[in-house]
Amino acid sequence: MSTLHTVNKSPFATGSLASCLAHCKDGDAVLMIEDGVYGGLSGTAVADLVQQKTGSVAIYVLSADSEARGLAAEKLLQGIKGVDYDGFVDLVADHDRTQSWL
Amino acid sequence: MSEIKKFLYVNRKAPYGTIYALESLEVVLIGAAFEQDVSLAFLDDGVFQLTKGQSTDGIGIKNFSPTYRALGDYEVTKLYVEQESLDERGLTLDDLQAVVYEDEDDDWEEKPSIRVVNRAEMADLMADQDVVLSF
Amino acid sequence: MKFGVVISEGPYTHQAADTAYHFVKSAIAKGHEVPRVFFYHDGVNVASRLSVPPQDERHIQNNWTALAKDHGVDLVVCIAAAQRRGMLDDNEARRQGKDASNIAEGFRISGLGQLIEMGIQTDRLVTFGD
Repeated sequence: MSTLHTVNKSPFATGSLASCLAHCKDGDAVLMIEDGVYGGLSGTAVADLVQQKTGSVAIYVLSADSEARGLAAEKLLQGIKGVDYDGFVDLVADHDRTQSWL
Repeated sequence: MSEIKKFLYVNRKAPYGTIYALESLEVVLIGAAFEQDVSLAFLDDGVFQLTKGQSTDGIGIKNFSPTYRALGDYEVTKLYVEQESLDERGLTLDDLQAVVYEDEDDDWEEKPSIRVVNRAEMADLMADQDVVLSF
Repeated sequence: MKFGVVISEGPYTHQAADTAYHFVKSAIAKGHEVPRVFFYHDGVNVASRLSVPPQDERHIQNNWTALAKDHGVDLVVCIAAAQRRGMLDDNEARRQGKDASNIAEGFRISGLGQLIEMGIQTDRLVTFGD
């Protein structure tokens, strides 16, 4: 049993990403969408927080959103994977529930 | 509809500044008629929804905080409030209004609906649901 | 698998209705069912047939209407949220004594019970909001 969490806010604007990471469990997945993709950047004030989780939680960014915002793949934290909308659909199907951190 | 699902309503936003808290409550009230296994989670700024002493005359918006006290009548009796979210905001349980229900399985004894849980327990609760609705 | 979708922010200001649209299209293309999309909070504004975006922009309402037509997706607009925000179908406009309605083809106005029912009847529920 596992959960897909989606985060659509910049971590520099709200506490949604921090709260999501504080509540997700080992084996869960976190998908950053819309402005949430900024949470996947390396070298930021929240990068350590995110990086620490990549061992126990699978972290993804929605590639359409990171590309739209000009985030090059090499600017993303190691261990973060890009997925397209089909991948988003698979993640929803593969986890028992989806929780949106609005 | 014989299947009973576990529904969790996640409240992470403060009241009045935006409509989410009120419209979340409206879903809970309608949803009660469907006789599912309903829990409400209050964390982050959502804990502000339950504070005592809300008085909205000055802003001209309806004060819906008394509605939480009526949830027991709708058999919505599980309001989980996160301790860490209270702590971060300088709140204690005493700052929240009392919400109670009458337990039909225990001679209608009046019991508190608000259950304070820690963050790990909140995470367990979230992971134990069929449907999570976020507001 | 059956997916239920909630959209809780309005068009153009927020990306929610766009992301949800791409998600639903992908889900259907991959062979999943999306029996219903429920519009709540400012999401009800997606249903306005009076929206006239510039021609070089996507037309969010038209996109949804086409999805409803092509794939039978039931687009349900919450009546309580809709009435607050001036979204009325013909029946409601008459009942409320208003001189116009504005719900686009493919959308229908109904109660919050449709949201709960969607949660009960689908395998997954995904919320797009802000």
